Amino acid sequence: MREWADSEGLLREAAPRALAVVARRFGDFAAAEDAMQEAMFEASSQWPAQGAPESPVGWLIHVASRRMSDRLRSESARRRREELAAAQEPPPGGPGEADAIPDGDDSLALIFMCCHPALSAASAIALTLRAVGGLTTAEIAAAFLVPEATMAQRISRAKQAIKASGAPFEMPVGEEREERLRSVLHVIYLIFNEGYLSSAGNELARAELAGEAIRLTRSLHSALPGDPEVGGLLALMLLTEARRPARSGPNGSLIPLAKQDRSLWSRELIDEGLETIGAAWARGAIGEYQLQAAIAAAHDQASSHEETDWREILALYGLLERVRGNPMVSLNRAIAAAMVDGPAAGLALLEPLEDSLEGHHRLHAARAHLLELAGDGDAAVSEYAAAAERTNSLPERHYLQIKAARLRADRQ
Amino acid sequence: MKFMLLQDYGGVENEAVGPMSTWTPEEIEAHIAYQRELNDELTDRGELVDAQALTAPEQAKFVVHDDASAPVVTDGPFPEGKELLAGYRIVDVDSPERALEIAAKGSAAPGPGGVAIRQRIEVREVMGTPGAED
Repeated sequence: MREWADSEGLLREAAPRALAVVARRFGDFAAAEDAMQEAMFEASSQWPAQGAPESPVGWLIHVASRRMSDRLRSESARRRREELAAAQEPPPGGPGEADAIPDGDDSLALIFMCCHPALSAASAIALTLRAVGGLTTAEIAAAFLVPEATMAQRISRAKQAIKASGAPFEMPVGEEREERLRSVLHVIYLIFNEGYLSSAGNELARAELAGEAIRLTRSLHSALPGDPEVGGLLALMLLTEARRPARSGPNGSLIPLAKQDRSLWSRELIDEGLETIGAAWARGAIGEYQLQAAIAAAHDQASSHEETDWREILALYGLLERVRGNPMVSLNRAIAAAMVDGPAAGLALLEPLEDSLEGHHRLHAARAHLLELAGDGDAAVSEYAAAAERTNSLPERHYLQIKAARLRADRQ
Repeated sequence: MKFMLLQDYGGVENEAVGPMSTWTPEEIEAHIAYQRELNDELTDRGELVDAQALTAPEQAKFVVHDDASAPVVTDGPFPEGKELLAGYRIVDVDSPERALEIAAKGSAAPGPGGVAIRQRIEVREVMGTPGAED
Protein backbone atom coordinates (compact mmCIF):
# COMPACT_ATOMS: atom_id res chain seq x y z
CA MET A 1 0.00 0.00 0.00
CA ARG A 2 2.69 2.42 1.04
CA GLU A 3 4.82 1.46 -1.90
CA TRP A 4 2.03 2.32 -4.28
CA ALA A 5 1.51 5.69 -2.62
CA ASP A 6 5.21 6.28 -3.20
CA SER A 7 5.12 5.37 -6.86
CA GLU A 8 2.02 7.51 -7.32
CA GLY A 9 3.93 10.52 -6.00
CA LEU A 10 6.92 9.55 -8.11
CA LEU A 11 4.73 9.36 -11.18
CA ARG A 12 3.18 12.77 -10.57
CA GLU A 13 6.60 14.28 -10.12
CA ALA A 14 8.13 12.60 -13.17
CA ALA A 15 5.33 12.88 -15.74
CA PRO A 16 5.45 16.65 -16.42
CA ARG A 17 9.23 16.54 -16.83
CA ALA A 18 8.99 13.60 -19.20
CA LEU A 19 6.18 15.27 -21.14
CA ALA A 20 8.29 18.37 -21.67
CA VAL A 21 11.03 16.29 -23.27
CA VAL A 22 8.69 14.29 -25.50
CA ALA A 23 6.77 17.39 -26.60
CA ARG A 24 9.99 19.10 -27.66
CA ARG A 25 11.42 16.01 -29.32
CA PHE A 26 8.35 15.45 -31.47
CA GLY A 27 7.28 19.07 -31.74
CA ASP A 28 3.65 18.09 -31.13
CA PHE A 29 2.40 18.99 -27.69
CA ALA A 30 -1.16 17.65 -28.08
CA ALA A 31 -0.06 14.21 -29.28
CA ALA A 32 2.73 14.08 -26.70
CA GLU A 33 0.22 14.76 -23.94
CA ASP A 34 -1.96 11.88 -25.16
CA ALA A 35 1.06 9.58 -25.31
CA MET A 36 2.10 10.59 -21.80
CA GLN A 37 -1.39 9.78 -20.49
CA GLU A 38 -0.97 6.28 -21.94
CA ALA A 39 2.51 5.95 -20.49
CA MET A 40 1.21 7.04 -17.08
CA PHE A 41 -1.55 4.49 -17.28
CA GLU A 42 1.00 1.81 -18.04
CA ALA A 43 3.19 3.01 -15.18
CA SER A 44 0.30 2.93 -12.74
CA SER A 45 -0.28 -0.74 -13.47
CA GLN A 46 3.41 -1.78 -13.66
CA TRP A 47 5.23 0.21 -11.00
CA PRO A 48 3.24 -0.90 -7.96
CA ALA A 49 3.73 -4.57 -8.91
CA GLN A 50 7.27 -4.53 -10.25
CA GLY A 51 8.68 -1.59 -8.37
CA ALA A 52 9.42 1.84 -9.77
CA PRO A 53 12.18 2.02 -12.39
CA GLU A 54 15.61 3.44 -11.63
CA SER A 55 14.82 6.57 -13.62
CA PRO A 56 11.06 7.22 -13.65
CA VAL A 57 11.45 10.21 -15.99
CA GLY A 58 13.56 8.19 -18.43
CA TRP A 59 11.09 5.30 -18.29
CA LEU A 60 8.15 7.59 -19.10
CA ILE A 61 10.04 9.33 -21.90
CA HIS A 62 10.91 5.96 -23.39
CA VAL A 63 7.38 4.55 -23.24
CA ALA A 64 5.67 7.75 -24.41
CA SER A 65 8.19 8.18 -27.26
CA ARG A 66 7.52 4.65 -28.40
CA ARG A 67 3.78 5.40 -28.41
CA MET A 68 4.44 8.52 -30.43
CA SER A 69 6.56 6.61 -32.91
CA ASP A 70 3.94 3.86 -33.22
CA ARG A 71 1.31 6.43 -33.91
CA LEU A 72 3.38 8.30 -36.46
CA ARG A 73 4.32 5.07 -38.19
CA SER A 74 0.71 3.93 -38.36
CA GLU A 75 -0.17 7.09 -40.23
CA SER A 76 1.58 5.46 -43.15
CA ALA A 77 0.03 7.71 -45.74
CA ARG A 78 2.12 10.49 -44.38
CA ARG A 79 5.51 9.42 -45.57
CA ARG A 80 7.28 12.55 -44.47
CA ARG A 81 6.18 12.19 -40.90
CA GLU A 82 7.12 8.55 -40.97
CA GLU A 83 10.67 9.50 -41.78
CA LEU A 84 10.60 12.01 -38.98
CA ALA A 85 9.47 9.30 -36.59
CA ALA A 86 12.26 7.00 -37.64
CA ALA A 87 14.80 9.74 -37.09
CA GLN A 88 13.43 10.48 -33.65
CA GLU A 89 12.93 6.94 -32.48
CA PRO A 90 14.43 6.40 -29.05
CA PRO A 91 17.57 4.27 -28.89
CA PRO A 92 16.81 0.55 -28.53
CA GLY A 93 17.43 -1.33 -25.31
CA GLY A 94 15.59 0.82 -22.77
CA PRO A 95 15.88 4.38 -21.67
CA GLY A 96 19.32 5.89 -22.12
CA GLU A 97 21.02 8.38 -19.84
CA ALA A 98 20.14 11.33 -22.03
CA ASP A 99 16.45 10.52 -21.69
CA ALA A 100 16.60 11.00 -17.96
CA ILE A 101 17.80 14.57 -18.00
CA PRO A 102 15.12 16.97 -19.16
CA ASP A 103 16.30 20.40 -20.06
CA GLY A 104 15.09 23.06 -17.60
CA ASP A 105 13.86 25.06 -20.57
CA ASP A 106 11.59 22.19 -21.61
CA SER A 107 9.71 22.31 -18.33
CA LEU A 108 9.29 26.06 -18.68
CA ALA A 109 8.14 25.70 -22.29
CA LEU A 110 5.57 23.18 -21.06
CA ILE A 111 3.89 25.57 -18.63
CA PHE A 112 4.07 28.44 -21.12
CA MET A 113 2.30 26.19 -23.62
CA CYS A 114 -0.45 25.22 -21.18
CA CYS A 115 -1.13 28.85 -20.26
CA HIS A 116 -1.17 29.98 -23.89
CA PRO A 117 -3.29 33.12 -24.39
CA ALA A 118 -5.29 31.30 -27.10
CA LEU A 119 -6.98 29.39 -24.25
CA SER A 120 -9.82 30.50 -22.00
CA ALA A 121 -8.86 30.73 -18.34
CA ALA A 122 -10.87 27.61 -17.48
CA SER A 123 -9.15 25.58 -20.22
CA ALA A 124 -5.67 26.81 -19.32
CA ILE A 125 -6.27 25.93 -15.67
CA ALA A 126 -7.42 22.40 -16.51
CA LEU A 127 -4.59 21.75 -18.95
CA THR A 128 -1.93 23.14 -16.59
CA LEU A 129 -3.14 20.99 -13.71
CA ARG A 130 -3.01 17.87 -15.82
CA ALA A 131 0.09 18.40 -17.96
CA VAL A 132 2.25 20.32 -15.48
CA GLY A 133 0.65 19.40 -12.16
CA GLY A 134 0.37 15.72 -13.03
CA LEU A 135 -3.20 15.51 -11.67
CA THR A 136 -5.60 13.04 -13.24
CA THR A 137 -8.64 14.24 -15.15
CA ALA A 138 -10.82 12.75 -12.41
CA GLU A 139 -8.98 14.72 -9.73
CA ILE A 140 -9.30 17.98 -11.65
CA ALA A 141 -12.98 17.31 -12.35
CA ALA A 142 -13.59 16.69 -8.65
CA ALA A 143 -11.78 19.89 -7.67
CA PHE A 144 -13.99 21.97 -9.97
CA LEU A 145 -17.17 19.98 -9.32
CA VAL A 146 -17.86 19.08 -12.94
CA PRO A 147 -18.38 15.62 -14.44
CA GLU A 148 -15.18 13.86 -15.50
CA ALA A 149 -16.34 13.62 -19.13
CA THR A 150 -16.82 17.39 -19.22
CA MET A 151 -13.33 17.99 -17.85
CA ALA A 152 -11.81 15.49 -20.31
CA GLN A 153 -13.50 17.35 -23.14
CA ARG A 154 -12.32 20.71 -21.83
CA ILE A 155 -8.73 19.47 -21.80
CA SER A 156 -9.00 17.92 -25.24
CA ARG A 157 -10.44 21.14 -26.69
CA ALA A 158 -7.66 23.11 -25.03
CA LYS A 159 -5.08 20.95 -26.76
CA GLN A 160 -6.86 21.42 -30.09
CA ALA A 161 -6.88 25.18 -29.58
CA ILE A 162 -3.13 25.14 -28.99
CA LYS A 163 -2.61 23.05 -32.08
CA ALA A 164 -4.80 25.40 -34.12
CA SER A 165 -2.88 28.43 -32.87
CA GLY A 166 0.25 26.91 -34.40
CA ALA A 167 2.31 27.89 -31.37
CA PRO A 168 5.63 26.01 -31.46
CA PHE A 169 6.80 24.07 -28.41
CA GLU A 170 9.53 26.45 -27.37
CA MET A 171 10.15 29.31 -25.00
CA PRO A 172 8.90 32.60 -26.40
CA VAL A 173 11.51 35.36 -26.51
CA GLY A 174 11.68 39.11 -25.94
CA GLU A 175 8.50 41.02 -25.38
CA GLU A 176 6.34 37.99 -26.12
CA ARG A 177 8.07 36.14 -23.31
CA GLU A 178 7.09 38.87 -20.82
CA GLU A 179 3.52 38.82 -21.98
CA ARG A 180 3.29 35.04 -21.94
CA LEU A 181 4.81 34.95 -18.46
CA ARG A 182 2.03 37.27 -17.33
CA SER A 183 -0.60 34.80 -18.52
CA VAL A 184 1.27 31.94 -16.81
CA LEU A 185 1.24 33.85 -13.51
CA HIS A 186 -2.40 34.77 -13.98
CA VAL A 187 -3.45 31.16 -14.56
CA ILE A 188 -1.55 29.95 -11.50
CA TYR A 189 -3.03 32.76 -9.43
CA LEU A 190 -6.52 31.72 -10.54
CA ILE A 191 -5.80 28.14 -9.47
CA PHE A 192 -4.70 29.42 -6.09
CA ASN A 193 -7.79 31.60 -5.68
CA GLU A 194 -10.06 28.73 -6.63
CA GLY A 195 -8.39 26.74 -3.88
CA TYR A 196 -8.33 29.53 -1.34
CA LEU A 197 -11.53 31.48 -1.89
CA SER A 198 -14.04 29.15 -3.48
CA SER A 199 -16.78 27.87 -1.24
CA ALA A 200 -17.46 24.94 -3.51
CA GLY A 201 -16.16 21.47 -2.77
CA ASN A 202 -14.70 20.19 0.44
CA GLU A 203 -12.01 21.98 2.39
CA LEU A 204 -9.44 19.27 1.75
CA ALA A 205 -9.77 19.35 -2.05
CA ARG A 206 -9.47 23.12 -2.00
CA ALA A 207 -6.38 23.08 0.19
CA GLU A 208 -4.81 20.67 -2.29
CA LEU A 209 -5.57 23.01 -5.17
CA ALA A 210 -3.95 25.94 -3.37
CA GLY A 211 -1.01 23.69 -2.52
CA GLU A 212 -0.69 22.72 -6.17
CA ALA A 213 -0.64 26.39 -7.21
CA ILE A 214 2.15 27.02 -4.70
CA ARG A 215 4.08 23.99 -5.95
CA LEU A 216 3.80 25.23 -9.56
CA THR A 217 4.98 28.70 -8.57
CA ARG A 218 7.87 27.24 -6.60
CA SER A 219 9.13 25.34 -9.63
CA LEU A 220 8.63 28.40 -11.82
CA HIS A 221 10.56 30.41 -9.24
CA SER A 222 13.47 28.00 -9.25
CA ALA A 223 13.55 28.09 -13.07
CA LEU A 224 13.33 31.90 -13.16
CA PRO A 225 14.93 32.98 -9.88
CA GLY A 226 15.66 36.47 -11.20
CA ASP A 227 12.08 37.39 -12.08
CA PRO A 228 10.67 39.65 -9.35
CA GLU A 229 7.03 39.04 -10.26
CA VAL A 230 7.39 35.26 -10.02
CA GLY A 231 8.90 35.81 -6.58
CA GLY A 232 6.10 38.27 -5.83
CA LEU A 233 3.41 35.76 -6.73
CA LEU A 234 5.05 33.03 -4.67
CA ALA A 235 5.29 35.36 -1.68
CA LEU A 236 1.67 36.48 -2.11
CA MET A 237 0.45 32.88 -2.07
CA LEU A 238 2.57 31.89 0.93
CA LEU A 239 1.51 34.96 2.93
CA THR A 240 -2.16 34.32 2.09
CA GLU A 241 -2.07 30.56 2.61
CA ALA A 242 -0.52 31.19 6.04
CA ARG A 243 -3.91 32.45 7.26
CA ARG A 244 -5.92 29.44 6.10
CA PRO A 245 -6.18 27.82 9.56
CA ALA A 246 -7.81 30.97 10.95
CA ARG A 247 -10.13 31.97 8.15
CA SER A 248 -13.12 29.75 8.80
CA GLY A 249 -15.00 28.76 11.91
CA PRO A 250 -17.20 25.81 12.74
CA ASN A 251 -19.77 25.04 10.01
CA GLY A 252 -17.45 26.59 7.43
CA SER A 253 -18.42 30.10 8.48
CA LEU A 254 -16.29 32.96 7.21
CA ILE A 255 -13.99 34.77 9.64
CA PRO A 256 -12.79 38.13 8.28
CA LEU A 257 -9.18 39.22 8.70
CA ALA A 258 -10.06 41.62 11.52
CA LYS A 259 -11.52 38.82 13.65
CA GLN A 260 -9.06 36.02 12.94
CA ASP A 261 -7.11 34.37 15.75
CA ARG A 262 -3.65 35.34 14.56
CA SER A 263 -1.95 32.74 16.71
CA LEU A 264 -3.32 30.15 14.27
CA TRP A 265 -1.47 31.69 11.33
CA SER A 266 1.41 29.60 10.02
CA ARG A 267 4.62 31.22 11.20
CA GLU A 268 6.62 29.03 8.86
CA LEU A 269 4.76 30.17 5.72
CA ILE A 270 4.87 33.81 6.83
CA ASP A 271 8.64 33.66 7.34
CA GLU A 272 9.18 32.08 3.95
CA GLY A 273 6.82 34.58 2.33
CA LEU A 274 8.61 37.54 3.93
CA GLU A 275 11.97 36.25 2.81
CA THR A 276 10.69 35.69 -0.73
CA ILE A 277 9.10 39.12 -1.06
CA GLY A 278 12.21 40.73 0.41
CA ALA A 279 14.39 39.12 -2.24
CA ALA A 280 11.97 40.01 -5.06
CA TRP A 281 11.63 43.57 -3.82
CA ALA A 282 15.42 44.01 -3.85
CA ARG A 283 15.45 43.45 -7.60
CA GLY A 284 13.94 46.83 -8.30
CA ALA A 285 11.18 46.39 -10.88
CA ILE A 286 7.89 46.67 -8.99
CA GLY A 287 4.91 44.70 -10.28
CA GLU A 288 1.37 43.93 -9.18
CA TYR A 289 2.11 40.64 -7.45
CA GLN A 290 4.96 42.11 -5.44
CA LEU A 291 2.69 44.93 -4.32
CA GLN A 292 -0.09 42.55 -3.33
CA ALA A 293 2.45 40.42 -1.50
CA ALA A 294 3.74 43.49 0.33
CA ILE A 295 0.17 44.29 1.42
CA ALA A 296 -0.32 40.69 2.60
CA ALA A 297 3.02 40.95 4.43
CA ALA A 298 1.89 44.11 6.25
CA HIS A 299 -1.21 42.25 7.48
CA ASP A 300 0.72 39.14 8.43
CA GLN A 301 3.25 41.11 10.47
CA ALA A 302 0.62 42.94 12.53
CA SER A 303 -0.18 41.50 15.94
CA SER A 304 -3.79 42.68 15.62
CA HIS A 305 -6.14 44.45 13.25
CA GLU A 306 -5.67 47.69 15.19
CA GLU A 307 -1.88 47.38 15.21
CA THR A 308 -1.79 47.03 11.42
CA ASP A 309 0.35 49.56 9.59
CA TRP A 310 -2.56 51.03 7.62
CA ARG A 311 -0.44 53.93 6.38
CA GLU A 312 1.87 51.55 4.60
CA ILE A 313 -1.05 49.55 3.22
CA LEU A 314 -2.69 52.74 1.97
CA ALA A 315 0.54 53.75 0.22
CA LEU A 316 0.91 50.30 -1.33
CA TYR A 317 -2.66 50.37 -2.68
CA GLY A 318 -1.88 53.80 -4.14
CA LEU A 319 1.11 52.28 -5.96
CA LEU A 320 -0.91 49.27 -7.06
CA GLU A 321 -3.57 51.60 -8.45
CA ARG A 322 -0.88 53.21 -10.61
CA VAL A 323 0.80 49.95 -11.70
CA ARG A 324 -2.34 47.96 -12.36
CA GLY A 325 -5.38 50.02 -11.51
CA ASN A 326 -8.85 48.54 -11.45
CA PRO A 327 -12.01 49.37 -9.49
CA MET A 328 -11.37 46.56 -6.97
CA VAL A 329 -7.95 48.00 -6.12
CA SER A 330 -9.55 51.43 -5.68
CA LEU A 331 -12.15 49.89 -3.38
CA ASN A 332 -9.46 48.34 -1.20
CA ARG A 333 -7.60 51.62 -1.14
CA ALA A 334 -10.78 53.34 0.09
CA ILE A 335 -11.01 50.86 2.98
CA ALA A 336 -7.35 51.44 3.88
CA ALA A 337 -7.93 55.21 3.69
CA ALA A 338 -10.81 54.82 6.14
CA MET A 339 -8.48 53.05 8.58
CA VAL A 340 -5.95 55.90 8.33
CA ASP A 341 -8.11 59.02 7.95
CA GLY A 342 -11.50 57.88 9.22
CA PRO A 343 -14.62 56.42 7.57
CA ALA A 344 -15.68 59.66 5.88
CA ALA A 345 -12.46 59.70 3.84
CA GLY A 346 -13.07 56.09 2.79
CA LEU A 347 -16.70 56.73 1.86
CA ALA A 348 -15.63 59.70 -0.28
CA LEU A 349 -13.21 57.46 -2.18
CA LEU A 350 -15.98 54.89 -2.78
CA GLU A 351 -18.23 57.45 -4.46
CA PRO A 352 -16.42 57.56 -7.82
CA LEU A 353 -16.74 53.74 -8.01
CA GLU A 354 -20.55 53.88 -8.17
CA ASP A 355 -20.54 53.50 -11.94
CA SER A 356 -17.81 50.94 -12.50
CA LEU A 357 -18.93 48.69 -9.62
CA GLU A 358 -22.65 49.34 -9.78
CA GLY A 359 -24.57 46.61 -8.01
CA HIS A 360 -21.40 44.71 -7.09
CA HIS A 361 -21.65 43.07 -3.67
CA ARG A 362 -18.15 44.20 -2.70
CA LEU A 363 -19.11 47.85 -3.13
CA HIS A 364 -22.17 47.37 -0.89
CA ALA A 365 -20.13 45.43 1.67
CA ALA A 366 -17.37 48.05 1.77
CA ARG A 367 -19.90 50.85 2.13
CA ALA A 368 -21.71 48.92 4.87
CA HIS A 369 -18.46 48.46 6.77
CA LEU A 370 -17.51 52.12 6.53
CA LEU A 371 -21.02 53.32 7.41
CA GLU A 372 -20.91 51.06 10.46
CA LEU A 373 -17.57 52.60 11.48
CA ALA A 374 -19.11 56.05 10.96
CA GLY A 375 -21.94 55.13 13.33
CA ASP A 376 -24.69 55.20 10.69
CA GLY A 377 -26.22 51.87 11.71
CA ASP A 378 -29.46 52.06 9.72
CA ALA A 379 -27.69 52.73 6.45
CA ALA A 380 -25.09 50.05 7.26
CA VAL A 381 -27.82 47.43 7.84
CA SER A 382 -29.40 48.05 4.45
CA GLU A 383 -26.01 48.00 2.71
CA TYR A 384 -25.09 44.70 4.40
CA ALA A 385 -28.45 43.29 3.28
CA ALA A 386 -27.87 44.52 -0.29
CA ALA A 387 -24.43 42.92 -0.30
CA ALA A 388 -25.87 39.62 1.03
CA GLU A 389 -28.43 39.62 -1.75
CA ARG A 390 -25.78 40.04 -4.43
CA THR A 391 -22.88 37.82 -3.41
CA ASN A 392 -22.51 34.46 -5.11
CA SER A 393 -20.65 32.89 -2.21
CA LEU A 394 -22.78 31.08 0.35
CA PRO A 395 -20.43 31.55 3.35
CA GLU A 396 -20.19 35.22 2.46
CA ARG A 397 -23.95 35.54 2.14
CA HIS A 398 -24.34 34.01 5.60
CA TYR A 399 -21.65 36.26 7.04
CA LEU A 400 -23.32 39.39 5.63
CA GLN A 401 -26.82 38.32 6.74
CA ILE A 402 -25.61 37.73 10.28
CA LYS A 403 -23.68 40.99 10.26
CA ALA A 404 -26.86 42.87 9.28
CA ALA A 405 -28.90 41.03 11.90
CA ARG A 406 -26.36 41.70 14.65
CA LEU A 407 -26.20 45.40 13.86
CA ARG A 408 -30.00 45.56 13.81
CA ALA A 409 -30.22 43.74 17.14
CA ASP A 410 -27.68 46.13 18.70
CA ARG A 411 -29.80 49.10 17.75
CA GLN A 412 -32.97 47.82 19.35
CA MET B 1 -33.03 5.98 -7.04
CA LYS B 2 -32.38 9.70 -7.25
CA PHE B 3 -34.65 12.46 -6.10
CA MET B 4 -34.42 16.19 -6.42
CA LEU B 5 -35.72 18.16 -3.46
CA LEU B 6 -36.48 21.74 -4.45
CA GLN B 7 -37.41 24.77 -2.45
CA ASP B 8 -38.37 28.20 -3.67
CA TYR B 9 -37.97 31.60 -2.06
CA GLY B 10 -41.49 31.69 -0.71
CA GLY B 11 -43.19 28.51 0.37
CA VAL B 12 -42.75 29.06 4.11
CA GLU B 13 -46.04 27.79 5.48
CA ASN B 14 -45.52 28.93 9.07
CA GLU B 15 -47.18 32.31 8.75
CA ALA B 16 -45.52 33.66 11.88
CA VAL B 17 -42.16 33.55 10.11
CA GLY B 18 -41.05 36.82 8.56
CA PRO B 19 -38.21 37.28 6.04
CA MET B 20 -34.74 36.35 7.28
CA SER B 21 -33.80 40.03 7.41
CA THR B 22 -36.01 40.25 10.52
CA TRP B 23 -34.43 37.31 12.39
CA THR B 24 -31.85 37.64 15.17
CA PRO B 25 -28.23 36.68 14.41
CA GLU B 26 -28.59 33.59 16.62
CA GLU B 27 -31.71 32.47 14.74
CA ILE B 28 -29.93 32.85 11.40
CA GLU B 29 -26.92 30.92 12.71
CA ALA B 30 -29.13 28.11 14.03
CA HIS B 31 -30.90 27.83 10.67
CA ILE B 32 -27.59 27.67 8.76
CA ALA B 33 -26.19 25.08 11.17
CA TYR B 34 -29.33 22.93 10.77
CA GLN B 35 -29.05 22.90 6.97
CA ARG B 36 -25.36 22.14 7.17
CA GLU B 37 -25.90 19.28 9.63
CA LEU B 38 -28.54 17.80 7.34
CA ASN B 39 -26.06 17.87 4.43
CA ASP B 40 -23.38 16.29 6.63
CA GLU B 41 -25.79 13.54 7.64
CA LEU B 42 -26.66 12.85 3.98
CA THR B 43 -22.97 12.77 3.09
CA ASP B 44 -22.20 10.38 5.97
CA ARG B 45 -24.97 8.05 4.85
CA GLY B 46 -23.73 8.12 1.27
CA GLU B 47 -26.93 9.72 0.01
CA LEU B 48 -25.95 13.25 -0.98
CA VAL B 49 -25.35 13.78 -4.70
CA ASP B 50 -25.45 17.56 -4.80
CA ALA B 51 -26.74 20.48 -2.77
CA GLN B 52 -26.73 23.99 -4.14
CA ALA B 53 -28.09 27.35 -3.14
CA LEU B 54 -28.86 29.86 -5.89
CA THR B 55 -28.23 33.60 -5.87
CA ALA B 56 -31.15 35.84 -4.96
CA PRO B 57 -34.20 36.00 -7.31
CA GLU B 58 -33.48 39.72 -7.82
CA GLN B 59 -30.41 38.62 -9.79
CA ALA B 60 -32.41 36.27 -12.03
CA LYS B 61 -32.85 36.85 -15.76
CA PHE B 62 -35.31 35.31 -18.19
CA VAL B 63 -34.31 34.58 -21.77
CA VAL B 64 -36.62 33.92 -24.70
CA HIS B 65 -35.42 33.49 -28.25
CA ASP B 66 -37.25 32.80 -31.52
CA ASP B 67 -34.06 32.00 -33.40
CA ALA B 68 -34.69 34.97 -35.69
CA SER B 69 -34.61 38.31 -33.92
CA ALA B 70 -32.35 39.17 -30.98
CA PRO B 71 -32.96 37.13 -27.81
CA VAL B 72 -35.23 38.86 -25.30
CA VAL B 73 -33.60 39.07 -21.87
CA THR B 74 -35.78 40.20 -18.97
CA ASP B 75 -34.15 41.46 -15.77
CA GLY B 76 -35.63 41.24 -12.28
CA PRO B 77 -37.06 42.05 -9.91
CA PHE B 78 -39.99 39.83 -10.77
CA PRO B 79 -43.43 39.97 -9.19
CA GLU B 80 -43.33 36.17 -8.99
CA GLY B 81 -39.88 36.26 -7.32
CA LYS B 82 -41.13 34.16 -4.40
CA GLU B 83 -41.88 31.30 -6.77
CA LEU B 84 -38.34 31.18 -8.07
CA LEU B 85 -36.02 28.40 -7.02
CA ALA B 86 -33.86 29.15 -3.97
CA GLY B 87 -31.92 25.91 -3.90
CA TYR B 88 -32.05 22.17 -4.18
CA ARG B 89 -30.65 18.88 -2.94
CA ILE B 90 -30.21 15.79 -5.08
CA VAL B 91 -30.17 12.59 -3.04
CA ASP B 92 -29.57 8.99 -4.04
CA VAL B 93 -31.68 6.83 -1.74
CA ASP B 94 -33.00 3.30 -1.39
CA SER B 95 -36.68 4.18 -1.36
CA PRO B 96 -39.13 7.00 -2.07
CA GLU B 97 -39.96 6.93 1.64
CA ARG B 98 -36.42 7.93 2.51
CA ALA B 99 -36.58 10.86 0.06
CA LEU B 100 -39.76 12.05 1.79
CA GLU B 101 -38.12 11.65 5.18
CA ILE B 102 -35.20 13.85 4.07
CA ALA B 103 -37.61 16.41 2.62
CA ALA B 104 -39.50 16.45 5.92
CA LYS B 105 -36.29 17.15 7.79
CA GLY B 106 -35.43 19.99 5.42
CA SER B 107 -38.91 21.43 5.83
CA ALA B 108 -38.65 21.60 9.61
CA ALA B 109 -35.57 23.87 9.62
CA PRO B 110 -35.74 26.29 12.55
CA GLY B 111 -36.74 29.94 12.24
CA PRO B 112 -37.41 32.68 14.81
CA GLY B 113 -37.66 31.27 18.35
CA GLY B 114 -36.38 27.91 17.06
CA VAL B 115 -39.84 27.07 15.67
CA ALA B 116 -39.97 25.04 12.43
CA ILE B 117 -40.56 27.31 9.44
CA ARG B 118 -42.46 24.55 7.55
CA GLN B 119 -40.72 25.19 4.25
CA ARG B 120 -42.57 23.59 1.34
CA ILE B 121 -40.28 21.08 -0.37
CA GLU B 122 -41.02 19.78 -3.84
CA VAL B 123 -39.94 16.13 -4.16
CA ARG B 124 -39.29 14.93 -7.70
CA GLU B 125 -37.76 11.69 -8.84
CA VAL B 126 -34.95 12.13 -11.35
CA MET B 127 -35.42 10.14 -14.55
CA GLY B 128 -33.35 6.98 -14.29
CA THR B 129 -31.78 4.38 -16.51
CA PRO B 130 -34.28 2.66 -18.82
CA GLY B 131 -35.15 -0.79 -17.47
CA ALA B 132 -33.49 -0.16 -14.11
CA GLU B 133 -35.56 -1.93 -11.50
CA ASP B 134 -34.38 -0.44 -8.23
